[in-house]
Amino acid sequence: MTDDDLVFRALADPTRRHLLDRLFERDGRTLTELESELEMTRFGVMKHLRLLEAAGLVVTRREGRQKLHFLNPVPIRLIHDRWIDKYTERQVSALATLKSELEETA
Amino acid sequence: MTTMTAQTTQLYSVFIRATPEQIWDAITKPEFTTRYFYGSELESTFEQGASYKQWAPEREKLWVEGEVLESDRPHRLTHTWRSLFDEDSANEEPSRVTWEIEPQEGGVTKLTVVHDQLESSPKTAASVAGGWSYVLSGLKTLLETGEPLESA
Repeated sequence: MTDDDLVFRALADPTRRHLLDRLFERDGRTLTELESELEMTRFGVMKHLRLLEAAGLVVTRREGRQKLHFLNPVPIRLIHDRWIDKYTERQVSALATLKSELEETA
Repeated sequence: MTTMTAQTTQLYSVFIRATPEQIWDAITKPEFTTRYFYGSELESTFEQGASYKQWAPEREKLWVEGEVLESDRPHRLTHTWRSLFDEDSANEEPSRVTWEIEPQEGGVTKLTVVHDQLESSPKTAASVAGGWSYVLSGLKTLLETGEPLESA
């Protein structure tokens, strides 16, 4: 599985997207904090966090005795730069061509 | 977009198919930074205590100013950070940026940027939040393909 596959797979689940949104609001949280906001067992949350970590979307750091979870937005940026930019650019240039053709014939 | 408080510790991580030395060069040499870091030209000797300066293209303006706190080629670089690119951020307390370079298996190196000590610099925290992802994405593309990202 490529890095992109892991990211798409991690994002293809509403609970994991919800976890990312929680970290976006406030970063550097413990498992206990994250768990308290979800109606899910600790084991379930851990499983989702592991998939997010495997995809690089969540990175953990130790601070004293605590393990903190941080959102890492770089993999999403990579997908944006490598995939989305490519397609949106073509659409924009197609529209630009259409506009200039229409304006020339007007 | 959801309203958010800008994070006081920000973390950005990326795997790059390159050696730690190549990554060190890419983050310390101006001939690289001009190609992925908003065109900025880096100026520093990267010795502990040396100044860290990031110039706008053509040295029109000083964008970032700091001091090198720790320099351990090619593993770890820490420097302070004061954003001068907008007036509000420029008046805030300096924050801290740490570059961690860790070799992995299979010719891949993990690069992590930790931007912290942003507690008294909310404007800086907000203004760098989107930028680091863009910079690291560009750095990865440059090192892996030899070409900068096509500018949007």
